[in-house]
Amino acid sequence: MKIEVQDVSLAYGETQALDSVRASIDGPRIVGLLGRNGSGKSSLLSVMAAFRPADSGTVTYDGQPVWENPVVASQIALIREGGDVHGEDEKLDEIFRYAAWLRPNWNASMAEELAEAFRIPRKTNLDKMSRGQRSAVGVVLGLATQAPVTMFDETYLGMDAPARVLFYDLLLKEYMERPRTFILSTHLIEEVSRILEDVIIIHEGEVLMQTATDDLLGQGVAMTGPADRVDSFVQGMNVIGTRDLGRTRSTTIFGGLSASQRIEARELGLEFTPLELQDLFVHLTTQKEVRR
Amino acid sequence: MFDDHSPIYRQIADAITRDILNGTLDEGEQVMSTNQYAAFYRINPATAAKAFQHLVDAGVLYKKRGIGMIVSTGARERLRQEHRQRFVSDVLNPLVDEANAIGMPLSEVIALLQALAAREDAAR
Repeated sequence: MKIEVQDVSLAYGETQALDSVRASIDGPRIVGLLGRNGSGKSSLLSVMAAFRPADSGTVTYDGQPVWENPVVASQIALIREGGDVHGEDEKLDEIFRYAAWLRPNWNASMAEELAEAFRIPRKTNLDKMSRGQRSAVGVVLGLATQAPVTMFDETYLGMDAPARVLFYDLLLKEYMERPRTFILSTHLIEEVSRILEDVIIIHEGEVLMQTATDDLLGQGVAMTGPADRVDSFVQGMNVIGTRDLGRTRSTTIFGGLSASQRIEARELGLEFTPLELQDLFVHLTTQKEVRR
Repeated sequence: MFDDHSPIYRQIADAITRDILNGTLDEGEQVMSTNQYAAFYRINPATAAKAFQHLVDAGVLYKKRGIGMIVSTGARERLRQEHRQRFVSDVLNPLVDEANAIGMPLSEVIALLQALAAREDAAR
């Protein structure tokens, strides 16, 4: 199950939402799609799921174009924020019946189990549900559809913390029992970073990087100590941010530290702390010079 | 749960290492699977697999076909040796730094250690 995004561009009038985006996801794996508001995350996922055509470029699934290809489209599920599904004025039973008709791998017993686990009301129309309940409907649809590629576009943002933890647990369980590809776009980077094998960072319609999460995490390091010593240490390094507190300076570098640099830093009495994914993301999407 | 100062896979590997050193895991015993570790720590199974691979490369674990990961014979003694070699850099140097920072003479630290040793002897 390999998805290839090849030079996909998309504009809404004057606004360039996606600009020659390239990405490649060779499953099964759990991938995070990270980007700021308006960065193009949802546009990219919509094109990948064939919800809309690209202006140029193609998305293929195992070599087959996804656009206007019902066979391939049935292998890909996109769940959008708030669980916008067929039937705003319908109850859960109807929504499940429709999914069963539409989705070849629909797992009805799992859907029932999950609906209970998330305590989704059975007698309430979708448009009368709370935001958290609507998100839960989306999550249940996404998991029970059992599509080889399942994309959650900020689906679970409306859920409270216990419901999100339940979602992460269920997602991991599903992934281990029936390995397939999950793509999660989210703002809640910190709590999801440990389940992501790869991340794709998108910024202003372009892919900033696609990499293994573990590799990325070793790249960002905050060097803290007396300003003059920090400055001399980071000379020639890729500096992506600096903060001062009195005479103490904390300078963030991108590119990791070698073993000898670590020893040097220790001898200089500098503290070095690896950046969490969210901090790294903030630096990468607010600094322009670190592009690629 | 994690201190965020080293990659998660290193922390998982360290946790398994500690279990072997303190006897929670015996040599020849089976370690929980990568999936069980992944579910428990809520991490990607690839991260847990990386921790296991790290320990296999170090000769601490070996893979038994159809069963899973087993603690190697002699792993505990080897880990003890390794950790003893790192004891000065990992434990004593930071201790000396801390004593210096708070103005505690090393003679006082030694006296404290001797008192602790006496208490341990008495408890035996």
